[in-house]
Amino acid sequence: MTQKNIKIYIDEKACKKCGLCIAFCPKKVYGSEGGKPVIVNLSACTDCKLCELRCPDYAIIVGGENIE
Amino acid sequence: MRKELQKYFRNDKLPHIWCPGCGHGIITGAVVRAIDNLKLNQSKVCIVSGIGCSSRAPGYMNFNTLHTTHGRALAFATGIKMANPDLKILVLTGDGDCSAIGGNHFIHAARRNIDITTIVFNNSIYGMTGGQYSPMTPKAAFATTAPYGNIDRNFDLCKLAQSAGATYVARGTVFHVPQLIKLIEKALKHKGFSLLDVVDICPTYFGRRNKMSSPIAMMNKIREMSVTVRSASKMSEEELSGKIVIGEFHEERVPEYTEEYAKVIEKAQGGN
Repeated sequence: MTQKNIKIYIDEKACKKCGLCIAFCPKKVYGSEGGKPVIVNLSACTDCKLCELRCPDYAIIVGGENIE
Repeated sequence: MRKELQKYFRNDKLPHIWCPGCGHGIITGAVVRAIDNLKLNQSKVCIVSGIGCSSRAPGYMNFNTLHTTHGRALAFATGIKMANPDLKILVLTGDGDCSAIGGNHFIHAARRNIDITTIVFNNSIYGMTGGQYSPMTPKAAFATTAPYGNIDRNFDLCKLAQSAGATYVARGTVFHVPQLIKLIEKALKHKGFSLLDVVDICPTYFGRRNKMSSPIAMMNKIREMSVTVRSASKMSEEELSGKIVIGEFHEERVPEYTEEYAKVIEKAQGGN
């Protein structure tokens, strides 16, 4: 198996601290810092993108591509 | 936001004004992703809305858009489709906008089987005006105008649409987003009137009144209550009470309204 190279980008300006990404990540990738998500366990990420799809404010991008 | 999706938004209008944790952003994102997956021609898509929190969605979306009067999104959409049948028409509407103020337009658009995809942002409440109960607020739920609990029975919009003649009827939720995107794609590809009832969350008004003030609590509730159409078919009425049945309910092929109308025009102009 090849090494996973998943990147997660969080747009802090767009985030409204609803906490959905933190609460519903199946792998508990996120921790909370004053309500904002912080990545605490990147190696557990399976690239399922549920956090990105459930973010009401389009503040998360998950994946290796198109991340600046 | 993902680069490939940016072209579908009016980026100067973002961030949107919806409350933290509001599901409307999730549904709007799902609509845009479904349109992207289907590679629809952006200039051939027209998005119409009525009034309400949900109806702000087209304002953020970079398509032909129309923000109309309360409940009348489907009436305007019918006009657009009749005038220009080549357009792909989406109506984004709220539960109150669609089932109360626009109830009559809704049943008749369904009856005619006009090719419009209607996506209902069903958060069970009138959010914009301060949390009054709507025809889709569940019985016994609390609202600003139902401080002792709602005694009205709520509509099952999917059943209503199907009886009125809609030819594609499905329900999704803001919790099950990958499935929601697939349902939207299916509804968009369907020729005829398609209804998608999307169970949404309003933490600010519905949540606060019903002891679920956080979006997380509301999402958990949706997760607990959801059962698929397939499992629901094996459950008794009693087991199904308080559940949300999600998936596809109905799909059929029936002549589409604007195509039928084109035949009338041809006949009137002396064709066969």
